Amino acid sequence: MWTDIIVILDATFRISVPFILAAMGGIFAERSGVIDFGLEGKMLGGAFVAATVAHWTQSAWLGLLGAIGIGIVFSMMHGYASVTKRGNQVVSCVAINIFAMGLTVVLANAWFHMGGQTPQLPKGARFLPIELPFADALSEVPIIGDIYSKLISGHSVLVYIAFLAVPFTAWVVFKSSFGLRLRATGENPLAVDTTGISVNKTRYQALILNGILGGMSGAYLSTAHLAFFVKDMSAGKGYLALAAMIVGKWRPYPAMFACLLFSILFATKDKYQHEMQIMMQGIVPAHLLNSFLEMSPYILTVVFLAGFVGKAVAPKAIGQPFSKEK
Amino acid sequence: MTSLAIELTEINKNFGEVCANKNVSLKIESGTIHGIIGENGAGKSTLMSILYGFYQADSGEIAVKEKPTVIRSAHDAILAGIGMVHQHFMLIDTFTVLENVVLGTETGFSLKESMQASARELRRIEKDYHLEVDINAVINTLPVGLQQRVEILKALYRGAEILILDEPTGVLTPQEADHLFRILDELREQGKTVIFITHKLREIMAITDNVSVMRQGEMVAHRSTSQTNREELAELMVGRKVLLRVEKAPAKTGRMELKVEHLNVTDDSGVHRVKDVCFEVHSGEIVGIAGVSGNGQSELMDVITGIKPLQNGQIQINDETITPALSADAAAMRRFGMAHVPEDRQRRGLVTSFSANENIILGYHKDPAYNGFIEMDRNAIIQSCKKQMKHFDVRPGNPFLRTSLFSGGNQQKLVVARELERDPSLLVVGQPTRGVDIGAIEFIHRQIIAMRDAGKAVLLISVELDEILSLSDRILVMFDGQIMGEILAKDANEREIGLLMAGVRKEAA
Repeated sequence: MWTDIIVILDATFRISVPFILAAMGGIFAERSGVIDFGLEGKMLGGAFVAATVAHWTQSAWLGLLGAIGIGIVFSMMHGYASVTKRGNQVVSCVAINIFAMGLTVVLANAWFHMGGQTPQLPKGARFLPIELPFADALSEVPIIGDIYSKLISGHSVLVYIAFLAVPFTAWVVFKSSFGLRLRATGENPLAVDTTGISVNKTRYQALILNGILGGMSGAYLSTAHLAFFVKDMSAGKGYLALAAMIVGKWRPYPAMFACLLFSILFATKDKYQHEMQIMMQGIVPAHLLNSFLEMSPYILTVVFLAGFVGKAVAPKAIGQPFSKEK
Repeated sequence: MTSLAIELTEINKNFGEVCANKNVSLKIESGTIHGIIGENGAGKSTLMSILYGFYQADSGEIAVKEKPTVIRSAHDAILAGIGMVHQHFMLIDTFTVLENVVLGTETGFSLKESMQASARELRRIEKDYHLEVDINAVINTLPVGLQQRVEILKALYRGAEILILDEPTGVLTPQEADHLFRILDELREQGKTVIFITHKLREIMAITDNVSVMRQGEMVAHRSTSQTNREELAELMVGRKVLLRVEKAPAKTGRMELKVEHLNVTDDSGVHRVKDVCFEVHSGEIVGIAGVSGNGQSELMDVITGIKPLQNGQIQINDETITPALSADAAAMRRFGMAHVPEDRQRRGLVTSFSANENIILGYHKDPAYNGFIEMDRNAIIQSCKKQMKHFDVRPGNPFLRTSLFSGGNQQKLVVARELERDPSLLVVGQPTRGVDIGAIEFIHRQIIAMRDAGKAVLLISVELDEILSLSDRILVMFDGQIMGEILAKDANEREIGLLMAGVRKEAA
């Protein structure tokens, strides 16, 4: 039982990384008043570029840089359409997601001829688990040793970055001057304008941070979690990250816990899928059971959004392009 | 003392076809309170927005403290020592007072230091100008009077020497307005210059040193306040003589037309908006409901007119009794003889993208007079529209014109025409003259009085205390969803009503 818990929690951490990175990115954009469910597209684009660049250069770090780059490119496209040109933000997000979905597969096919997949990355070109100091020595200590050596140690560097991104986001949003402007811009852009701050500039700055985090979440999928890019790799994770952000009411720590909650469901499902199948054999058809298990984290999201967390109050000016004209 | 704080020369500003400011010149002496008066749409707000850098003038010059200054943004205006208190407060509701004041002036990446320094500075300013506010209070927990004080603090904190206040008393009770005037006096004594924008003559006479009058985008007169009077200013604003007092004969009340008993309204978010309200309206009288905006008047009106279902209590209209079990919608209320002029004509009174003749039948579109066997009878509709436009002096009298192209006053006249032409026995009218020019106000007021004199019952809901005082026969004051008291109009005085509007009952006062 104890080992099962450790295994599930360990998997939870790994599964939660793209959710957490993307959710933090979402917080920056949405706190500034820009809707972002283009996170899905940024994640997908990031995953593809990271795998491709890592394959060409044989460096995971350059792959990560590339993913960050494409994340920023996508968020600047979103910014141009919805901030500068005051277009509909939802439409712009949809465009980015569809664009990413199509472009990644087309380019992967054109370059690698593997049905939308990229070549498997060798060990040197992907993020490998790192052993934290004393992990070996402590592993014999009961409980604490297990927790330290099996749970906390032995993840790729991106896992640690993701969990550091949470206090970083919390500090920037709530304790920095930029955060004050960011939150004000999302609540009442007109008031921000009258104090002499540029609303559009603040929104672009927020979108840059959003692009960085969104791209990183994709890089994790293709260069740490797996070692290649595959068509539709993000599989709705960007949307789920956005849901986690809303469940967390646009706050970094609650959003992180929401991500962990979704992830623990995925991890539990993965762990017990086989046992469940054996247990339910003859009672429920296997494919039906699988479908339900796959569905469960998503269903839970809906349940949480619908009632459990109470009313989620969005930043007041979210989705509204800023214009001085009445 | 004759140095100039602001000098505007030949300012022009067009929005597309509309000329908002035309060759406007203005001189404001430092250390004075300078009023700018004009009707809605006279161009006062545009002019101030240009001075505060929100818009750029098409041509013209601005000099601040006798130095030519280019103001391209609010940031430039702040640097030039100009602060502005907007009509709709520019505050972040979920932030504290301190955060709102600091916003835009922070230095460094971490907030902590600027917050501590600002807190000290802000406390000093509060003391110097007697503007006490709890700096850690969250804005949406503060009453509007204090929120406005935060706006003033914000401007002073940014080193404003010249303070622009745009319609600052619109949301205040008379007592709060008096308090604001004392603050402005204090500011003047400390050498600040105040520009005070309003459409209320009373305020100009009460507080300003000098006054400039705007009409249709032009500056038409400058006066020293002590050398002028309300009548002259009103004439300058409108461009012709106006009657400031509405003349009316004593009321001859008759049978009861509307009776509201123990009415309670809870809104969608669970807030108890209207609390146990009871009153009656008789034929031949105007009952006015006074109160600061947002104290349950709108919700009360929604229920009485059938827009919102009755939750509890009882409403009697003519011989019909409406209970929660026997609810009536807006159409049913109309059938029972109620006409309804809604508070917000653009949202509820009209479909602004429709033409005038389509709007004139809204809500009465099922009337057989407008309907043929299958189609609507366009001819009958247009004839009826023409007749009503003439009757109610709607200009231009073109029944095919899109409603959004009429001025606010003429739009309102269309709504009033539609509702009054039906000869209702009860008229419920909300904010009849909001955003309407003085000429149309006069006209609409006369129509309401004429209804009363013809033996109809009128329920008037307005946040303009002057309007309530000049039209009503009986006045009910609402505060926090309750009727605080009833006053006969002939005994009413502003002070007493003001206290009730602020929630102070007679016994306590």
